[in-house]
Amino acid sequence: MSQAAAAIDDAGSTRGRVARAKFASFIQRQGALVALILVCLFASWRYGTFLDNGSFLTGQNLLNVVAQNSMVGLIALGMTFVILTGGIDLSVGSLLAVGGVIAATLAGNNFIVVLVVSVGATTLLGLLNGLVIAKVRIQPFIVTLAMMIAARGLALRVAHEKPIEIRNMTGGFRWLWQGMIGPLPVPIVMLVAAYFIGWLVLNHTRFGRHVYALGDNEEAARLMGLNVGRVTLGVYALSGALAGLAGVILASRLGSGQPVAGAGFELDAIAAVVVGGTLLTGGQGGVGSTLVGVLLLGVLFNILNNEGDWIGSYWQGVLRGIFLLAVVIIQNRLSARKR
Amino acid sequence: MQNAGQAGRTQSAGGAWSRLGALGPTYGALAALLLLIIANAVFTRNFWDINNFWNILLQVAPTMLVATGMTFVIATGGIDLSVGSVMAIAASMAAINLERGILPAVCIALLVTTAVGALNGTLISIFRIQPIIVTLAVLIAGRGLAQIPSEGRLIEFKGHYPAFEYLGTGYVGPIPVQALVMLLVVAAAIFVMRATSFGRYVVAVGGNENASRLAGVKVHRTKIAVYALSGLLAGLAGLIESARGGASDPSNVGQGIELDAIAAVVIGGTALTGGRATIGGTVIGALMMQVITTSFNMQGIQFAWSLVIKAAIIIVAVYVQRPKVA
Repeated sequence: MSQAAAAIDDAGSTRGRVARAKFASFIQRQGALVALILVCLFASWRYGTFLDNGSFLTGQNLLNVVAQNSMVGLIALGMTFVILTGGIDLSVGSLLAVGGVIAATLAGNNFIVVLVVSVGATTLLGLLNGLVIAKVRIQPFIVTLAMMIAARGLALRVAHEKPIEIRNMTGGFRWLWQGMIGPLPVPIVMLVAAYFIGWLVLNHTRFGRHVYALGDNEEAARLMGLNVGRVTLGVYALSGALAGLAGVILASRLGSGQPVAGAGFELDAIAAVVVGGTLLTGGQGGVGSTLVGVLLLGVLFNILNNEGDWIGSYWQGVLRGIFLLAVVIIQNRLSARKR
Repeated sequence: MQNAGQAGRTQSAGGAWSRLGALGPTYGALAALLLLIIANAVFTRNFWDINNFWNILLQVAPTMLVATGMTFVIATGGIDLSVGSVMAIAASMAAINLERGILPAVCIALLVTTAVGALNGTLISIFRIQPIIVTLAVLIAGRGLAQIPSEGRLIEFKGHYPAFEYLGTGYVGPIPVQALVMLLVVAAAIFVMRATSFGRYVVAVGGNENASRLAGVKVHRTKIAVYALSGLLAGLAGLIESARGGASDPSNVGQGIELDAIAAVVIGGTALTGGRATIGGTVIGALMMQVITTSFNMQGIQFAWSLVIKAAIIIVAVYVQRPKVA
């Protein structure tokens, strides 16, 4: 079929080809956004909006969907930086658990202290990832796989292998999940702020440009005099910090520190990054597309939940897998044709 | 901090490290395994017991089977994250078909998992999607697929199909059946990797895909075959797990086994970049992980610490075996 398409392409006028290539590259870059809009339109039609007392396009439901995905969203933001450098971070789920159990252990203290210590600890673990990757020069996949195992062990150790109930949560700790800033819940504000800062850093700072340069061609970046080691340390530390923050938010939400929390979050985050359109090979993509990827997967999950009475909950997993594949295949075809 | 200490030691004992590295990938891991066993023989009571030996082989069987398939996949430069879900599919397929007879049930289960593996391979080679994404999607979808027949619940058949359960609980003389299956599979894999053209193609594709295509290697076919093989062996592991428990537990069978298997392969000296493979190394890697788990259990050391130590061993093993670049 692609041969036929290519033949048509060849036969077609140059103008047609250019237009088609432009369209293809638009879909490849903004495909997730188009899909998100389509999925939201479908859901609004099927479940109704606030106008007709429906259940999908209402402030409450949308806020719920975004808030529930704020933790995966924060992790996916860090993952985007890591993947843009051509790396990967499998340890984020375990780091989330570390952040959560440390926060739960310290819950009685001043909330600022709790936040700084838990996020600080996971940042250090992320830094250790970066250090081993940059200095010992072992592949990110293996280093972060080892950290995934080790950090899970640390979380279990801190929690003595059982959940830590937070008996008297301080106001600040509770505020992290339940608080409101204006009309918006705190986790959503944090998510939006984090992505805005992430976008600024990636597009308007030297560090951000170095992230792209490193992912595009590490050797060239090195020869041009970029401090490759420092950029690597930076992205893995950032990923660790955001995973820890997500862990504290989850602890606030659950009212406990769960040493087994976050298993599989790394896969959700990678899926969101990839669906958004960031290439796993590094150098291409951005944080905006990841946010779209997170929301797309979140809304899709929301829809599948709403259809629970006829789509059994186990089909949801199947459909999510197929959806992930379909998006990637389409993006792949289009970007292949562009080349 | 930990790292600084490590660096210091590397300098002072640099000679010892490089000598260990010079022993080559497999020998380094083998030396570490022997060291572990000797240390345990001295310090762990009852470790040096023939029953414990069989016990370790019995417990390592599923991971070893999966890791053997994973070695082929990684040798082509790919990765297969879907193996745990594929194990669950096999367990659940067998459980719902056992009433048709044991042979049909086993055949259906293995056919389905081989087909899932071939699907992985097709998407990866022909549609040219990265292995990590394809097998991640199949990991997510496959778990759901395995849960559908029983709505995620346990299917128990303990005592109803003794011949099937024999696969997981039987003994031939003193040897557990699953250890025997594992040994046969490993022997066959070593033969295939070393003595067949397919084995050569696998390593060639991982070493340089374009060059091997130009040299006439059927790259697509080779890739599809390795993922199908990985699916087949994961299916076998799933059957063994469910036979051992006398039940299919589609929500839990094989959870996280992909990571154990990848760790075993990597500890054994197969490079994640492809082009190099050693089944013997994988066997050593899997045994090492199991010996650590078993001996920590017997020593009463916390599970949490065993995870930290496993992680450290993975890093050290990979560090010692990293390719030497000037």
